[in-house]
Amino acid sequence: MRPADTLRFARDAALGTPLRTALSVLAMSIGVAAVVVLTALGDGARMYVVGQFSSLGANLVIVLPGRSGTGGFNPANAITSTPRDLTIDDAAAVRRAPAVKRVGPLAVGTSEIAFGGRLREVIVAGTNHDYFGIRGLEMAQGTSLPDDDWNRGSPVVVLGAKVREELFGAAPAIGQLVRVGDRRLRVVGVMKSTGQGLGMNTDEVVIVPVALAQAMFNTNTLFRILIEAKSREAIPDAKAQALEILKQRHRGEEDVTVITQDAVLATFDRLLGALTMAVAGIAAISLAVAGILVMNVMLVAVTQRTGEIGLLKALGASARTIRLAFLAEAAMLSAVGALLGYLLGQAGAFALRQVFPVFPAYPPDWAVIAGLSTALATGLLFGVMPARRAARLDPVQALMKH
Amino acid sequence: MALIELAGIERRFLLGDTTVNALAGVDLRIDAGEYVAVMGPSGSGKSTLLNLLGLLDRPNAGSYRLEGRDVTTLTPDEQARVRSARIGFVFQSFHLVPRLTAAENIALPMTLAGIAAAERARRVATALQSFGLANRADHKPDQLSGGQRQRVAIARATIMQPALILADEPTGNLDRHTGDEVVHLLEALNASGVTLVVVTHDPTLGARARRQLVMEDGRLQHDSGRAPHAAG
Repeated sequence: MRPADTLRFARDAALGTPLRTALSVLAMSIGVAAVVVLTALGDGARMYVVGQFSSLGANLVIVLPGRSGTGGFNPANAITSTPRDLTIDDAAAVRRAPAVKRVGPLAVGTSEIAFGGRLREVIVAGTNHDYFGIRGLEMAQGTSLPDDDWNRGSPVVVLGAKVREELFGAAPAIGQLVRVGDRRLRVVGVMKSTGQGLGMNTDEVVIVPVALAQAMFNTNTLFRILIEAKSREAIPDAKAQALEILKQRHRGEEDVTVITQDAVLATFDRLLGALTMAVAGIAAISLAVAGILVMNVMLVAVTQRTGEIGLLKALGASARTIRLAFLAEAAMLSAVGALLGYLLGQAGAFALRQVFPVFPAYPPDWAVIAGLSTALATGLLFGVMPARRAARLDPVQALMKH
Repeated sequence: MALIELAGIERRFLLGDTTVNALAGVDLRIDAGEYVAVMGPSGSGKSTLLNLLGLLDRPNAGSYRLEGRDVTTLTPDEQARVRSARIGFVFQSFHLVPRLTAAENIALPMTLAGIAAAERARRVATALQSFGLANRADHKPDQLSGGQRQRVAIARATIMQPALILADEPTGNLDRHTGDEVVHLLEALNASGVTLVVVTHDPTLGARARRQLVMEDGRLQHDSGRAPHAAG
């Protein structure tokens, strides 16, 4: 039998029992659609988290005071106190490392901000001009901090979008004098709203020069030093060089912790990647169930068409021809089901993206390929047994059942 | 020239714990171009004999030579090829594939044999014409009368131009008139040189054949055509 004839024969046979064919195609398509939608969800979650981390800044290396035995973020990092703190001079020294592009020292405290009788608590971040570039903070109005000597605390402030909104409402903010703590500072800029993120919510922050913040909080230490490496490849170098410089400055004592954003990101990436794999695995079970259903349908087809199989044998069909015809039918059921399920799954992912626009619910390629090929493979695999049964039928017995 | 030579054919079936001898020591020779009717009561072994002649069944003992070639030792696929090229079947219940049209049913043996579509179409058109089915080509079997169905079945049996046609009660499901039509069709084929073996209960149909075989309890009781070959 020619391949085209085998396919046509299988197609006609499948269409001969429309309901049964439709049901098994439906089962297969639900399985594939489940894989596509669930992995789109899982991978969407991963992309969302990764995206949030990336918004902290690209090629980021963070220096924390204190030696932490374990890497990555942990609550201890925030409260460790060490004999030797990070200083503005440390940050300036790190800037000389060849792999480092920009450095942003960061001192943080809380204070209150007042304008025209309105008062609220704010987080005050003391830093420099480069910090805005490192964090990718954009200005809605005015300018960021002046790019001048870090030790010179000009009396200027950059407001977060929400802080401006609450203090000024519709009135212009640029150029106005506000009171932060016990100081009067001129507003030079307002940041664009970034919305809620995983990092510090910059909408509710005011940013002042680092020396000014230290003076306000009566300290000379830094909370963090943010370092931007020259490129992604330079991140390990930047980390090593920063560590080396700080170690020398701290008399050979390694009393700081340097973490890379990559390490944090990789952890989340792995975690959510595993989650995606897990939901894909669960969805794959429905594929296997669909495969078994295809087998069941094909077994019923063999039983129902026993007389026809006997006839085909009498007309000179070899066992191979009959096997191929039934296999082709099983493959067709699963292929159509898989294709339909793929479209259904993509539609589902599209609907998800419409409902949750922040959530990049795109099914990953590997999941689509794995889902489709699992569907085809199970369909074929579970088609083999019925096909072999059909091919092995005794023609005399088969012919009597008509 | 001998088309079929059976020697010492035995066929036993196990029914529960008793062995039934469906065929016992059958020796038979049928020459090319003969018209043979096989008769006998139910269970006499005539259908088993027909299945055996059609290579649908294998004997437990004995030899079957078709056109001088021992076919009992062939593999199932080799037997399928012999069926495809040399043997046509006509069944009592027609055995048409219900989802295929008359033309597709007639073409089925050629499709299975892998003959190209153009050649198939040409031969089917000729067959439809000569069997008076030209305006029924696109009808499904359930849209055809019994006589038309059997004509489609006969057209299918002859489309590969076999040497041997085996008909099992070809008129069993037809009324007298259409039955006669079908018999005339088969006899016309026989007249053109095809060997025809008909299994039937019907004495009048059996009497039309030039040679009658009567079977009982798996043995050839009577052969009108020739003196039995070394019977027993």
